[in-house]
Amino acid sequence: MSLDKATVRKIATLARIDVPETDLESTVQQLSGILKWIEQLAEVNTDGVAPMSGGTDLKLPWRPDAVTDGGKVDAVLANAPDAQDGFFGVPKVVE
Amino acid sequence: MPDFTDLTAMTIAAARARLAKKDFTALELTDAHLAAMDKARDLNAFIVTTPDVARERAKAADVRIQSGKAGALEGIPLGIKDLFCTEGVQTTAASHILEGFKPQYESTVSQKLRDAGSVMLGKLNLDEFAMGSSNMTSYFGPVKSPWKAKGRADDLVPGGSSGGSATAVSACLAMGATGTDTGGSIRQPASFCGIVGVKPTYGRCSRWGIVAFASSLDQAGPMTRTVRDAAIMLKVMCGHDPKDSTSAPLAVPDFEAALSKGVKGLRIGIPNEYRPDGLNAEVAALWDKGIQWLKDAGATTVEISLPHTKSALPTYYIVAPAEASSNLARYDGVRFGQRVEGKTLDEMYAKTRAAGFGTEVKRRILIGTYVLSAGYYDAYYLKAQKVRALIARDFTEAFEKCDAILTPTAPSAAFGLHDKQDDPVAMYLNDVFTVPASLAGIPGASVPADLNSEGLPLGLQVLTKRWDEETMFSVCQVLEDAAKFPFLKGAP
Amino acid sequence: MSYVIKGETGQWEVVIGLEVHAQVISKSKLFSGAPTEFGAGPNTQVSFIDAGMPGMLPVINAHAVEQAVRTGLGLKAKINQRSVFARKNYFYADLPQGYQISQYDMPIVGEGTLILDMPDGTTRAIGIERLHLEQDAGKSVHDMHPSKTFIDLNRAGVPLMEIVSKPDLRSPEEAGLYLKKLRSILRYLGTCDGNMEEGSMRCDANVSVRPVGSTELRTRCEIKNVNSVRFVMQAIEHEAMRHVDVYESGGSINQETRLYDSNKGETRPMRSKEFAHDYRYFPDPDLQPLEFDDAFVAAIKSKLPELPDDKQARFIKDYGLSAYDAGVLVAEQENALYFEEVAKGRDAKLANNWVSSNLFGVLNARGVAIGDSPVSAKNLGRLLDLIADNTLSSRMAKEVFEIMAETGNAPDAIVEERGMKQITDTGAIDAAIDQIIAQNADKVEQYRSGKEQLMGWFVGQVMKATQGKANPGVCGELLRKKLKS
Ligand SMILES: [Mg+2]
Ligand SMILES: [Zn+2]
Repeated sequence: MSLDKATVRKIATLARIDVPETDLESTVQQLSGILKWIEQLAEVNTDGVAPMSGGTDLKLPWRPDAVTDGGKVDAVLANAPDAQDGFFGVPKVVE
Repeated sequence: MPDFTDLTAMTIAAARARLAKKDFTALELTDAHLAAMDKARDLNAFIVTTPDVARERAKAADVRIQSGKAGALEGIPLGIKDLFCTEGVQTTAASHILEGFKPQYESTVSQKLRDAGSVMLGKLNLDEFAMGSSNMTSYFGPVKSPWKAKGRADDLVPGGSSGGSATAVSACLAMGATGTDTGGSIRQPASFCGIVGVKPTYGRCSRWGIVAFASSLDQAGPMTRTVRDAAIMLKVMCGHDPKDSTSAPLAVPDFEAALSKGVKGLRIGIPNEYRPDGLNAEVAALWDKGIQWLKDAGATTVEISLPHTKSALPTYYIVAPAEASSNLARYDGVRFGQRVEGKTLDEMYAKTRAAGFGTEVKRRILIGTYVLSAGYYDAYYLKAQKVRALIARDFTEAFEKCDAILTPTAPSAAFGLHDKQDDPVAMYLNDVFTVPASLAGIPGASVPADLNSEGLPLGLQVLTKRWDEETMFSVCQVLEDAAKFPFLKGAP
Repeated sequence: MSYVIKGETGQWEVVIGLEVHAQVISKSKLFSGAPTEFGAGPNTQVSFIDAGMPGMLPVINAHAVEQAVRTGLGLKAKINQRSVFARKNYFYADLPQGYQISQYDMPIVGEGTLILDMPDGTTRAIGIERLHLEQDAGKSVHDMHPSKTFIDLNRAGVPLMEIVSKPDLRSPEEAGLYLKKLRSILRYLGTCDGNMEEGSMRCDANVSVRPVGSTELRTRCEIKNVNSVRFVMQAIEHEAMRHVDVYESGGSINQETRLYDSNKGETRPMRSKEFAHDYRYFPDPDLQPLEFDDAFVAAIKSKLPELPDDKQARFIKDYGLSAYDAGVLVAEQENALYFEEVAKGRDAKLANNWVSSNLFGVLNARGVAIGDSPVSAKNLGRLLDLIADNTLSSRMAKEVFEIMAETGNAPDAIVEERGMKQITDTGAIDAAIDQIIAQNADKVEQYRSGKEQLMGWFVGQVMKATQGKANPGVCGELLRKKLKS
């Protein structure tokens, strides 16, 4: 599967990465090259194989329902590019 | 008066003993390293150095040594890969998007190292978000290897992504360093720089506080100049962490004790798929040498097959970017890191991420986004997960026939920093021997074995089954003893 | 009784599915130890995990798992002993990680059923498609700054159960009944407080229409985050009408997300959701599959309370109540408990009347919850006893009840204090009757010649003479005897 510009534009929008129109063609080329290479997987017979989705087969641990965190608004906001009155600030969103 | 040059060339094991004997102080040891770091700025191994933190911790270490309360790494100066969040110290993942970010928390692994008395010298350079095999994708500039090819003056790459770690340890700027390995990022740079690199079993080291690249693959490990040092460091770094759901609730073995076990009676698996047509002849010859060393030490070898080896890289380049595309969504300019303002929220996101991420990171995010998107998930991501299961099964079956597997670590020695690298796929091939073990979640280590005809280090890789790092260390120690690798750069 | 929209071209049927987000009652968040309490200062209930800081990892809250299973059992649904957390990827300012940890193709709870009691006495079974666990997003505040939106992450990571119905609902009224019934079950189970104003229960409605008789499913629109049962019903009504208007004027409906404006009584497309989503779900690599065994489920099952449907059936059987009356009583567990305390050993139908009409009337008028009722179940029971032993006539009982509601005092004390005891002493009543008969010879004559309706008048006169304290039963009996002789 080789990509086209429209698809790359769509992916870039989904990923929220601005790809300038001038870079689009070269991005298409590079991504297509990688996709073409990874498509060799199609040849592997995986009938009846259960997907391996994580790195471990250990059981998922559960934690007790206890309050052990929170109450550190300053630390939470310490690295914020825009913080005001205890909030994070972003450009106005219209719903 | 101690010899400072001598101080930086010591192993951790030796420094541990001599600190205990009070031959020198932790502060002297730290100062020696800070001085070496200063002289080697040109290598660009560190993104930030933390001399004040280092001296303060060294002084505290000296107090504990004096009072007989020394920890396992008391006073040992270490470098921390800048993927580990360190409280109050800038943590960037070598990305512009995190420039200036000072975590208000300390990663579990770096905390454990701190609690054991070690001294942080600074934050080590890496490929941006650990994505790379050359350390050329760092926003803070490439790291240079301390090694040079015979008769050539040009700089070489240290490998990646833990390239700053490999260079620092190899050039004796730090006694050891933390690395992280997602597809080979500890083992491959260790091989390129002639040091030891250990990627433990997935789940051995907590991932809490390590900037995530690909969550199902990322694993921290030590990078040191000797196998023993790696065993000492790993023992401190690993252990169960209830804050990481994938962290194993297992007791930490005494890795150092395993070093003297030898390989007598062990069955060493030699996978024929790792000897493809066109394998670099020197790499192949070194591999044969390694096989002979193990046989000489009493091991037997057995031919094994890992039939899905060829599929490992393409599988990895679906799984890792997919997870990365999601893991890196949090870098959006809202709560931390760099922001480029925009008129709307979406514009702010797109500009922030376009300016904040480098080319390789953006490429992987786009690939990852694509393989997870509607209509392509089954063909790419789900398929890759199934092939991954087959790759893991290959190893499980192989370990029914052998106790450890020996392979080369990388298909070549280090390449030039300025060699043309514009084909991403060609670059990805650096990880061909390390990626399968990452996908299977098994432990792997690279031990420096010899120099090639250009005088550049080559490593051998030892793999064992999950949770059997002890056997891995036994084999590594035998290889190290046989190789007598004497070629450390920066050592006097 | 079916709900149809009469359009220009014919009759239309509305097809509704509801997605309810119910906040799990828990102390801490789904994947972090930060608290979940409502109303705290901005970003004070946030851990680094909730803020999506680099390197932070989720660890599941065991109680949230139990609550989901408990709810699944309450909905008579299939419990999946292996479920998978997936990441739902999208960008939004109040979604710190850039993904929501949710469940996708393998939810913790599968298909179930919810029974609606229709006002006409019939029931309707509504299918539950699934219930899954997920984390809530934060809150965007749009009105604090002229050019900025402010983000508070206190809600980020709060455990939610998303409960999805099948598209089985056919009217705004059914949608309302579904929400009320679901809320009732959740409250019985103690898994969600159902408080729509505080956002601990939120509803998205998927609405489409089709010509009556058709079985096709036409394009649906999703109305997001409606915050009261009444508004859900209104929003559905408006949205369905809009669809009919669009179709009848030859247009077509776009699948989209809309918001309900309760002031204007209309829905409009959500601007922030204009962009076509592709959530790129995949299993969260930070979390292995969620697994538990039979014993875990059995232990939860053994501690389930009697649920509204079972309680209703028992009230019908044991107390002889109508399905409707029983349904009203069991909707809230506290009401049912109260009723049972009043009804125990007493006339259950009478108890129901007093609880459902008199007591609920007072509580509704004052906007008071039953837990804060001025009239305790014990006191109301006592009042019923005073009626039963003829101490009070029902009219007097109503008066006493009003004083009880006012003062919170026990009925005996009120009766004592105000001398409100009913006169059952035949001597006193005899005297009053004799006097009335003597003074009204004409009426006596008329009664005796067959005008028996006059009995009421006589009783009234006696009551008047005794200031209403005469027992009307005793009074009637004596009157009949004396008028005949
Ligand atoms: Mg939904
Ligand atoms: Zn939801």
